[in-house]
Amino acid sequence: MTETIRARAMGRPLERLDGRDKVVGQAPYAYEQQVTDPLYLHPVQAVIARGRINAIDTADAESLPGVVTVLTHLNAPRLTGDGDGDDRELWVLQSDEVHFRGQFIGVVVAETSEIARHAADLVRVEYERWPHDVELSADRDDLYAPDKVNAGHDTDTDVGDVAAALADAPVVVDHTYRTPMEYNNPMEPHATVAVWDAGGLTMYDSTQGVHVVRQRLAPLFGLDPGHVRVVAPHVGGGFGSKGAPHAHNVLAGLAAQVTGGRPVKLAVTRQQMFSVVGHRTPTIQRIGLGAETDGRLTALVHEVVEHTSRIVEYAEQTAVVSRMMYAAPNRRTRHRLAALDVPVPFWMRAPGEAPGAFALEVAMDELAVACGLDPVELRIRNEPDVDPESGRPFSGRRMSECLREGARRFGWESRDPTPAARLRDGWLEGTGVAASVYPRIMQTGNRAWVRYGPDGRYEVGIGAVDIGTGTWTALTQIAADALEVPVEEVRLRIGDTDLPEAAVAGGSGGLSAWGSAVVGAARAFREKFGRHPSAGDEATGTAPESPAAEDFSMYSFGAQFAHVRVHADTGEIRVPRMLGVFTVGRVVNPRTARSQFVGAMTMGLSMALHEEAVLDPRFGHVVNHDLATYHIATHADVQDVDAIWLDEEDPRSNPMGIRGIGEIGIVGAAAAVANAVHHATGVRVRDLPITPDKLFH
Amino acid sequence: MRVTFTVNGSRESVDDVWEGESLLYVLRERMGLPGAKNACEQGECGSCTVYLDGAPVCACLVAAGQVEGREVRTVEGLADGGRLDPVQEAFVECGAVQCGFCTPGLIVQTHALLARRPDPSDAEIREALAGNLCRCTGYEKILDAVRLAASRKTGAE
Amino acid sequence: MRPLEYRRAEDPRRAVTAVAGRPGAMFLGAGTNLVDHLKLGVARPDLLVDVSHLPYDKIEPRPGGGLRIGAAVRNSDLAAHPLVRQHYPVLAQALLSGASPQLRNLATTAGNLLQRTRCPYFQDVTTPCNKREPGTGCSALEGYNREHAVLGASEHCVAVHPSDMAVALTVLDAEVRVLGSGGERTIPITELYRLPGDRPDRDTVLKHGDLITAVDLPGLPMAAHSAYRKVRERASYAFALVSVAAAVQVRDGAITDARVAFGGLAHKPWRAYRAEEALRGVRVSAAPGDTLAEATTAAPIAAGGAASTGENAGGTSTVEDLRAAADAELADARPLAHNAFKIPMARNTFVAVLRGLLREEGATR
Repeated sequence: MTETIRARAMGRPLERLDGRDKVVGQAPYAYEQQVTDPLYLHPVQAVIARGRINAIDTADAESLPGVVTVLTHLNAPRLTGDGDGDDRELWVLQSDEVHFRGQFIGVVVAETSEIARHAADLVRVEYERWPHDVELSADRDDLYAPDKVNAGHDTDTDVGDVAAALADAPVVVDHTYRTPMEYNNPMEPHATVAVWDAGGLTMYDSTQGVHVVRQRLAPLFGLDPGHVRVVAPHVGGGFGSKGAPHAHNVLAGLAAQVTGGRPVKLAVTRQQMFSVVGHRTPTIQRIGLGAETDGRLTALVHEVVEHTSRIVEYAEQTAVVSRMMYAAPNRRTRHRLAALDVPVPFWMRAPGEAPGAFALEVAMDELAVACGLDPVELRIRNEPDVDPESGRPFSGRRMSECLREGARRFGWESRDPTPAARLRDGWLEGTGVAASVYPRIMQTGNRAWVRYGPDGRYEVGIGAVDIGTGTWTALTQIAADALEVPVEEVRLRIGDTDLPEAAVAGGSGGLSAWGSAVVGAARAFREKFGRHPSAGDEATGTAPESPAAEDFSMYSFGAQFAHVRVHADTGEIRVPRMLGVFTVGRVVNPRTARSQFVGAMTMGLSMALHEEAVLDPRFGHVVNHDLATYHIATHADVQDVDAIWLDEEDPRSNPMGIRGIGEIGIVGAAAAVANAVHHATGVRVRDLPITPDKLFH
Repeated sequence: MRVTFTVNGSRESVDDVWEGESLLYVLRERMGLPGAKNACEQGECGSCTVYLDGAPVCACLVAAGQVEGREVRTVEGLADGGRLDPVQEAFVECGAVQCGFCTPGLIVQTHALLARRPDPSDAEIREALAGNLCRCTGYEKILDAVRLAASRKTGAE
Repeated sequence: MRPLEYRRAEDPRRAVTAVAGRPGAMFLGAGTNLVDHLKLGVARPDLLVDVSHLPYDKIEPRPGGGLRIGAAVRNSDLAAHPLVRQHYPVLAQALLSGASPQLRNLATTAGNLLQRTRCPYFQDVTTPCNKREPGTGCSALEGYNREHAVLGASEHCVAVHPSDMAVALTVLDAEVRVLGSGGERTIPITELYRLPGDRPDRDTVLKHGDLITAVDLPGLPMAAHSAYRKVRERASYAFALVSVAAAVQVRDGAITDARVAFGGLAHKPWRAYRAEEALRGVRVSAAPGDTLAEATTAAPIAAGGAASTGENAGGTSTVEDLRAAADAELADARPLAHNAFKIPMARNTFVAVLRGLLREEGATR
């Protein structure tokens, strides 16, 4: 248990401190940073999925007025290192090999972005084409088990005797579920402005973590980290895709070396984002549930097949949700990968939990139907007393309360479980429920300083970023409470590697890590200078892991409810209502938090009904690589999405009592919609997205 | 070529414009007006919404030459000096802003909606804003902001 | 920057001459499709002749009934026009179902008619496409073709025409007024669009340099009972999977005239002549409020549920006749690997739209 700070500002719905700049169009994003006399970049992309560049002719491009140079593997500055491991994604313009379609194989440097775009079109490339393979299937003979899966989880787990338990179970549900390749698609495409001068490299970047960009890029460019500065005051969303630098950052860093100190600007286009900034792997998941007739689970199998790129291994931790969610005494989880000639997959909001909970929570709904049990009751019956995986008690697991409170507010008690029994005005109506979970993650290596300014305000500095989550505001609230002063007396500085080291805004753990460091700094400051400091007084603090982390299992939980209408003639699916009830520790700012929950649930709605990147096996590219064809939910698709949370704090987690909120809203949302579609129509769709065609017999 | 048009009330000329350039590019790269955002470049997200002769349009799909002699108003031109427009105020107050990248386009589109229809129904709001994609908020707080701005605007009249 | 000349047309004839005389020239309307294509490299003109300022921005009643819609009239203005809303609801509904408000504020009548397919392979210059580059092959035929044609396609192209407005104009028997090098002429909209055959690069019968100046709507009393239904995955802002435009006339308890067109099924708006023929004479057996109004159409998507039993039990012969009419039209439909669903979806939507119109017709009698 850590000593918590007293909540004065925390818990208040403070208006977003960056709101005004954003509504007048003056908040500077990466590409809008003022630099002097910039040049513009446009990448050249490979149009084969695997092979070698035999020849690359840049003469026409270079002869275009306004073109400064064209960099390719033949003339680009060399990177430092061996280009192994995760660096293979960043090993840009260093060899003639093509590993996936859309890979950057050159970059035009020009006086305007339109000239650069035109010149990129004039680069002629001759390839030696090698056979490629981008097709994921569960019966491939080259599937392999990675050493670990994302976030350091074990690849496989076995508890008890699953085979025997399944064989003996009076009720068995055993099906295959699929989720497609998905794209984060933050509204701000990735962008970077790079300046390479005597002082080193400065990068204004659209990133979820300035320090991670520096940490990854400095060695590649052979620079001391102290000579790399990364700045990101405002970031237009990320959802994981900006959690690490990608190839475009390297491309800009290479180009900036050949311009004699002139800045270079690179805005990744929406179409290019489908090749170079990560995606969620498609998954094929077998869920096998064995249960007693009263619904109590005896066996749980979760076996996952997913893809990774051939050059960098990224193994989504899809089955981990099944290790701790329910009290099944016999459990087996597996992750198997196919290494394909696809772009490098990466984090997308709730990696692992989001696709994994879709499969598990639809399967639980199928089990409820098979047992003739209410799906809320089924979940409550299978609530574990302790974490089934670690055996440790939960720091807080009010799952049943979330389910009951949600059921009460949603009007669940009057629900007739019969599928396809409600036809109103041509629409079939149904409701569904699913559980949500997301781990409390504490990232290490965070520091912050507190300075007392001559104006009587406390300046608080940490290299955190605000990707839209509300860091500017919520971290100011935490700092105010840590210093025991009003928020008006705090001036926060974030988004710059000149500030103390901070973890990436990811894993729903940004505020936990940064807030802990700010609290540490505030406590150190007060200890040193007391309540009446002098101008210039400064103290630094760090963010130690909570001692309780060794003894407790820490997760956030939730229950999601959805009401859907399916047109009986056309199969169109609309969602008149979604409700999420969450238990997440303390909520620092209800105004920003509610919007994050609702936004994540809406992303789950979008995942349920719309999102699917289609890979063409012949070309190896995503066919629907723009927002016209990769659909995300529009305003008209949302009718009533609401989120509430249980009032609580989790003192075991950190001094703020928070567990993190950014991702849990998407977990289970798609399952709730899918379960409601089944209730409405009687059709069980086990592969996302649920589109009208899948409802036609 | 040279293009001359009125931006936020002031008549401006820009030179050396490429004929295939978009109004969005001219605003952002040549006139220092970064409010309208470039998020898809093909009219599929609404982040670049600006007024053109009084009607909100996607600036990314307007060829620069077509703006000659016309009137453009961007998000930068909505506040009255230091005083925010009620739509801008409402977006801040309701928490309708998260990452903020879709925000300028939404504010212009909302401003236009309320000018045409001061008291829109929820369904009208959702349809009128369907061309403005947002990935963060789930749209609910945006709806609240539009309602609040509508009530303030009608109340003020 | 590709070398590109821009001219603002001040005079229609000179605009036609300018484009007709230069293979690389194109008319520029609002640009909602063309400006995108410039960036994507799908269109590579060397001259843009901007015709959006020509005096074709009026909507005028025609002597003897009907409307003349100028080529430069904005989609939003057309949809909001009182005469359109009153006499041609199918057109207003189709317009409002298309794109987004911002795009409708830009898009013109002629530009909407001449927009190109949204086939993703057509829009991606790195993949083969016979429509974009004749002779390179059709990537969709064996590729991702969920949104592609089931009627009238060829081995060279399976793209669909994306316009909603054109589907409505097709049931209205609109005529397209064209100014070409040889002077003015009129083309029925049902003859404007081509099927792909072996020349999918040509969407229409227009010649290079032909300028659409207006669309004429005939006076058509039955069009006051018309409707447009667009089926799409998102609730807004998506192209049609299937759409149906229809107008119907009932006398003495039977359908005396019907006009129906499908969108999303073919390389052109698909006028359903066979279905229309089958609809004529169909008895409208139900009075307002009786089983016709209650019955669910055709095949409900979820077999076995209430939709096919319960509330749906009172299926009437009228609904069966409607279904038969749709089936007559769709008998030649040939699905591709991913779009077989379009056939039942089109049939169901057809029945739903006709049933709705008949119900409305019954209510007004």
